[in-house]
Amino acid sequence: MSMTSSVARPLPVPSRDAPAGAGALAWLKTNLFPTWISTAVTLALGYIIVRIIIAFVSWALFNAIWTVPYSANGIAQTAVCQNIKGIGACWAVIADKYRLILFGRYPYDEQWRPAIVVLIFIGLYAVSAMRRFWRKELVLIWAAALTVVGVLMWGGVFGLPVVSDDQWGGLPITLILATFGLAFGFPLAVLVALGRRSTHLPAVKTLCVVYVELIRGVPLISVLFMASVMFPLFMPAGVNIDKLLRAQIAIILFAAAYLAEVVRGGLQALPKGQAEAADALGLSYWKKTGFIVLPQALRLVIPPLVNTFIGFFKDTSLVLIIGLFDLLTMGKVALSDPPWQSFSTEVYITLALIYIAFCFAMSRYSRGLERELGASQRR
Amino acid sequence: MRLSWSDPRFRAIVWQVVILGGVAAVVWYLIHNTSQNLASRRIATGFGFLTRTAGIPIGESLISYNPAEDTYGRALLIGVLNTLKVAVVGIVLATILGTLIGIGRLSKNWLMARLTAFYVETIRDIPLLLQLLFWYTILQGLPAPRNALSIGGAVWLSNRGLKLPTLNWETAHTVALLMFIVGIVGTWWWNRRARLLQEATGDRPAVWPVAVGMLLALPLLVWAVLGAPFQWDVPALHGFNFTGGANISPEYFALLLGLVTYTAGYIAEIVRSGIQAVPMGQWEAAGALGLKRGAVLRRIVLPQALRVIVPPMTSQYLNLIKNSSLAVAIGYQDLVSVANTTLNQTGQAIEGIAVIMAVYLTISLSISLFMNWYNAHIALVER
Repeated sequence: MSMTSSVARPLPVPSRDAPAGAGALAWLKTNLFPTWISTAVTLALGYIIVRIIIAFVSWALFNAIWTVPYSANGIAQTAVCQNIKGIGACWAVIADKYRLILFGRYPYDEQWRPAIVVLIFIGLYAVSAMRRFWRKELVLIWAAALTVVGVLMWGGVFGLPVVSDDQWGGLPITLILATFGLAFGFPLAVLVALGRRSTHLPAVKTLCVVYVELIRGVPLISVLFMASVMFPLFMPAGVNIDKLLRAQIAIILFAAAYLAEVVRGGLQALPKGQAEAADALGLSYWKKTGFIVLPQALRLVIPPLVNTFIGFFKDTSLVLIIGLFDLLTMGKVALSDPPWQSFSTEVYITLALIYIAFCFAMSRYSRGLERELGASQRR
Repeated sequence: MRLSWSDPRFRAIVWQVVILGGVAAVVWYLIHNTSQNLASRRIATGFGFLTRTAGIPIGESLISYNPAEDTYGRALLIGVLNTLKVAVVGIVLATILGTLIGIGRLSKNWLMARLTAFYVETIRDIPLLLQLLFWYTILQGLPAPRNALSIGGAVWLSNRGLKLPTLNWETAHTVALLMFIVGIVGTWWWNRRARLLQEATGDRPAVWPVAVGMLLALPLLVWAVLGAPFQWDVPALHGFNFTGGANISPEYFALLLGLVTYTAGYIAEIVRSGIQAVPMGQWEAAGALGLKRGAVLRRIVLPQALRVIVPPMTSQYLNLIKNSSLAVAIGYQDLVSVANTTLNQTGQAIEGIAVIMAVYLTISLSISLFMNWYNAHIALVER
């Protein structure tokens, strides 16, 4: 713009100090010590944090005991740990019990099988996280992976000895309950969400609303209680469903209600024009839903879907209350061994780290995805 | 309507009949099996047990309870009250803590922002049940009453729980409390009058001196006139345990601690995203109109932030209420715990679970009906 003659000349701007540089000192100045109040907060917080870190590190690392001697009949001698209780951690409890905590009472020589199952689950999550696999074939990958999981855990084919599911325990149970809950709950959830949105089928809509509100209105623990004490009454005489399957059914029904609300959110967020355009082209309801509405709506809800999944993953720990041997229950079982009874803090910290590892990875992923998908929608 | 498959209304009716018929058949099958099983196992049905003597020992209760005399109905009522006791206190504390942490995450101080972000990340990634067990073992590992930790000789923390001093309640306190309520009504009335006057004349009379007078000075004055009674009942160690003061049991304390710290992590994120959802332009535009900063916050920013905050906040409150059912794992006698004991003693599983579900559904549905109304009320209207 060179034609400035007709424009009033702007008033001179008062000169300002040069902006703070990008050096470390400037960064400290702007982020930690900009004002007196902020400086005071920084110093107080810094002092507390340093004190806590020093106390924790000396407890968890410097004063910790990593192994203990065993008596001739294999009982751990934990006197040395008892002596430093409160001063140093006794990680020997983990060294002694990690196989029990991770794999439960699965036969010791066969524990490579649940170990592979855990790896398969992690691989399945990793594959599902990659956008290049977001296609219909993903369903086949899930079906294959879950079949392999079942074969490995139960055995009975390919020369694998049979291991009945009352011997399963630890991390595989946690992963199985959460993943199968998602795999079977999700299709149900899509149907319920579609039913709840339907305008021509008022009876079906009512049914879906009642189901979703009923399940979401009560705590998971009451659904699990129902599975453990009422399901046996529902079955005809002589038919017995085992405990794990009952809990799994309860988690699927519970998960489906929550997932249905997530999916419904995606359906609502989709502009009406999409469905109207599909109607105008003369597509049938299922073609419209399968080819136009769902592919777009589900893509929108992947981040909240991952967050819901993190929720179930943590909630599977509630099966402790009905006596199933998931990761948390196995931690408590390990602590019931007399020599180790007073070292619950060490065990709980280890369990927390395992849960954090899974949940943190998933929540990081979901947030990254949200940003990425958001970026493609911003114009 | 034609009786033809090509008529959509006919199809809709056929589909509904088929689906409802299927569901009804499954339900009938389950009921049929259940009634047969109940008959063959000789389990009684119906809610007659509610009037029978319970015999469940209950540690803490808001109303009087004697296990040798009182009924299952009363035991369950105590369970409901215990659930509400932890839920109401938990919601208030979690909201305060969560709001502080949420604001802390937006702090310009790097250390503060990082620390609160770390808290939110970690606390949300650990199952609540694990946290409850952890807190409960910590509280059980505290020294016995004999060596209890003390704050100023008035508050005692031991493995029997937290002992707090209580105020000896007298009539003067009740009257002062009544005056405080009068003060609230008076302040509201004065504020309304100030608003009407401002709308009529443009001048707004000061509100705060009246508020201070009616909310603080009036109750204090009445209390002083009535003799200013002020005496604490301080807990003291006698033998193996404390007497006097109020007690917070380790079970209640662990449950409250776990619920508050866990839910605060979620509330912090809701508060943060709510504040961030209001664009800076709103602040700037309101400032350009000449509004004061307080007025901008109250009239422009908060109403918009609340539209984002209120719905997820309500669902967090509901979650807290439902999560309080984990009390059963650490032995706090809430509704689920009492109902579980009841169904084990009577064998009436269906009725026991029906009671749990009915109570939680009543709480959840009343809150969620209100929320649906509120959501429709504040939602942006599309075509």
